[in-house]
Amino acid sequence: MPYWRWSVGPATDAILMHRFANPARFLKIARPLTGWLFWPGLLLLLSGAAVGLFVTPADYLQGQTVRILYIHVPAAWLGMGGWSGIAIAALMQLVWRHPLAAIAGRAIAAPGALFTAICLMTGSIWGRPTWGTWWEWDGRMTSMLVLFFLYLGYIALANASARQGQQGGVSNVTAIFGLVGAVNIPIINRSVVWWNSLHQGPSITLRGSSIDGSLLWPLGFTLLGFSLLFGAIVLMRMRAILAQNKVEARMQRLARG
Amino acid sequence: MMNQWAFVIAAYAVTLAGTALVSLMSWRGMRSAERRADQLSDRG
Repeated sequence: MPYWRWSVGPATDAILMHRFANPARFLKIARPLTGWLFWPGLLLLLSGAAVGLFVTPADYLQGQTVRILYIHVPAAWLGMGGWSGIAIAALMQLVWRHPLAAIAGRAIAAPGALFTAICLMTGSIWGRPTWGTWWEWDGRMTSMLVLFFLYLGYIALANASARQGQQGGVSNVTAIFGLVGAVNIPIINRSVVWWNSLHQGPSITLRGSSIDGSLLWPLGFTLLGFSLLFGAIVLMRMRAILAQNKVEARMQRLARG
Repeated sequence: MMNQWAFVIAAYAVTLAGTALVSLMSWRGMRSAERRADQLSDRG
């Protein structure tokens, strides 16, 4: 690659990234985008869930409980994707000092924790009739539980940051915690390969799926639907933090006279 | 053994209730914060 591409490329990326550092510019996009993500997301997830419950056939081995797949997989995806988002936001905060990155990290944490909890609960509910147990301390389930505790730790640190006047964002210590915690993501992903587990191996990979097409297709609807909804929830929480910052700045100016 | 549908319904109920709750809380938090910010802006 010629040297000028090295010098111009990252600079252009940085300019593009910092275009949205201005809250007013960000809000101009975030306000309409919230609805555009929320309503199609809700429609997709409800239609995918309805098809998964009433249209697709029961599995020859698992019976009706296979229908839990359509909510369990998106929850796992969002739990892991949420922490990946926190790690990217942390990197942007620490390296490029992007002012919205800290707010994005904070906004992702609560819905990320919720979907991780949903993944654990739906997995447990599925495990009882399928494996005969609610819980097993194997690699996949334990690493997912660790992710849930990481979220709780991040939320506690982020709340402490907010009390120390981080303008709705998170402190650098919290960002480093978010970055280090990302080590758990590949562990979750590879856990079923590295250790013997009750949990089945990877069913959906880049090379294809071991799930029959007649059962698989509604999963695309719920995956996309939950992902769009997650995006809308994160935008709502970012907008709330930015509005709170505006109020606090205004109150401080009024107090100073 | 419990009917398999009972497990399916429990899993969907947990998911839909959790998703609805976090959506509603986020929406209410955003609405009230933006309303407060707008009220302060109107006051000058």
